[in-house]
Amino acid sequence: MSQDEFERVYEITGRDFTNAGRVSTGIKDILKGMGIRPEIVRRVAIASYEAEMNMVMYSHGGTLTLRVSPSDVTMQVVDKGPGIQDVALAMQEGYSTATQEMREMGFGAGMGLPNIKKNADVFEIVSAVGTGTSLMIQVHIG
Amino acid sequence: MTEAIYHALKFDTAHCSGCMSCARICPTQAVRVRRGHAVMLADRCIDCGECFKVCLKGAVLSLTDSIADLSKFAYKVAVPSPALYTEFDLDVTPGTILEALKLCGFDDAVSMSASCGSTTVATELFFSEFRGQYPLISSFCPSVVRLIQVKYPDLVDQLMPILPPREVAAKEIKAQKVVETGLPPESIAVVYITPCPAKMVAIASHPGIEASYFDSAVSIRDLFQLLAAAVAKVRETGRPPAESESSKGLTWAYLGGVPRMVPAENSLCVAGLPNVIRILDDIEKGRLRGYAFVECHGCPEGCVSGALTVENPYVARARAIRLTQSFGEGPPTERSKVEALYRQKFYHVKAHPGARPLKPLDSDISRAIAKMKERDRIVALLPGIDCGACGAPSCEAFAEDVVLGQAEESSCVFVRQRQVADLVDKLSDLIGARPQDELAKGARK
Repeated sequence: MSQDEFERVYEITGRDFTNAGRVSTGIKDILKGMGIRPEIVRRVAIASYEAEMNMVMYSHGGTLTLRVSPSDVTMQVVDKGPGIQDVALAMQEGYSTATQEMREMGFGAGMGLPNIKKNADVFEIVSAVGTGTSLMIQVHIG
Repeated sequence: MTEAIYHALKFDTAHCSGCMSCARICPTQAVRVRRGHAVMLADRCIDCGECFKVCLKGAVLSLTDSIADLSKFAYKVAVPSPALYTEFDLDVTPGTILEALKLCGFDDAVSMSASCGSTTVATELFFSEFRGQYPLISSFCPSVVRLIQVKYPDLVDQLMPILPPREVAAKEIKAQKVVETGLPPESIAVVYITPCPAKMVAIASHPGIEASYFDSAVSIRDLFQLLAAAVAKVRETGRPPAESESSKGLTWAYLGGVPRMVPAENSLCVAGLPNVIRILDDIEKGRLRGYAFVECHGCPEGCVSGALTVENPYVARARAIRLTQSFGEGPPTERSKVEALYRQKFYHVKAHPGARPLKPLDSDISRAIAKMKERDRIVALLPGIDCGACGAPSCEAFAEDVVLGQAEESSCVFVRQRQVADLVDKLSDLIGARPQDELAKGARK
């Protein structure tokens, strides 16, 4: 971590619906405490919530690392699998592999990844079946 | 350029024991105990009255007006919150209460039910034409509005910009009374009989807060004894008073009662500030875009459980529901008249409530980042049990106070204990022997 960068690592447990959403709430509070503009906070809030929920719903858990520098908010989201078979398909609006149970909870509209991309200035996704998925989400502060 | 922020609540140092009850319950962490007494952080307070409700020492004062304060007005008209009707047994009708108010020093007392009808129509019109970001958030609870201004500044544009019924009532009743009495508007006081301190703030109008159309507010609690005696007098006459109330007016005062301007399946109603905070968090994360409207009450049962009411909130809510059922819809609202006024923006707020975000750790982003890191470092030193002995409601709030220079790290008893132990160790090192070594020697003997 560089001198003028803030970092916090959040552990996220797969299938833990009772605590889902807490990470993005914590991130919002940090950004507001730093005086980051409301519209930036909102974009980060939406992107981090979708990333957090994706990890809870579809992965075996992992970490979300928040980094704040004077120019950007960056989130590195790394899960422990199972990985996405077809990333291009998963990026399409409306595509979802959500189970009936998830849909009953109001998820699975197929807007998760597209929504993250929409709210990010820089977005990268790498996934390997059997290994896991990692996302890099960056929002410029300026 | 800091403007003093007016609040309708004040701490009375003479009665405050520094027990921390108010600091712990405050939903925006706006209270600290310093030198044994509660102190308000004015930029954080949203006037919800939770501190007032929880304080058993009577050390929280509500700065509403008394009837004596109104003597400067030539004509005084009381407009009660519908919550007032739920403070009495159901056989005391709203009409009786309005009559009784006239025996308490008011020249007239008027129900706001007609204005509730027109506000409902105005809100429907607004919905039918709105094309912005959903869900829209109700703006009738001033504490919720202030919570959003302070902690959810990115949601201010989702606040409903239509005046709440009480403000429409004040505006309409003032105009009516000017015509009726021939007095200039400034000689007429339109007085809200209020269930909570939050509504007083807008009346004392000041920068950043939408100015109220009321001239004064008197609390239900302060008025209760006088009013109860007056109610008894009205009933002694044996003449049943005219009833101007309608179900339209009554429903605004309790949770889930706000008239449905959007289909119920498309709206949420939430009450109690901790629950409101959860919902606002979800809206901020983009979770509730599928809803058109969120009805938010700061108090757990809506206005009937306001801090300045007297009755048990659950009894009051049950009465509100019974009253609503027993009254008809009242005279129909003239839609075309409301629509004409709506086009002239009669029902719109004068200025949309702007964001008033809490002061960040620093206005410079690099320094704010450094201070956030410092805050994390301090949090790691703290026990994390939120004991409150330092006067802050949580270890995290305390760490923030330290970073902002408003508290000393050593105000934490756990940190201080460690500092003393470290000092003993250092001193022992200087003397050349550690106390535990001496003890060990003694044990061996």
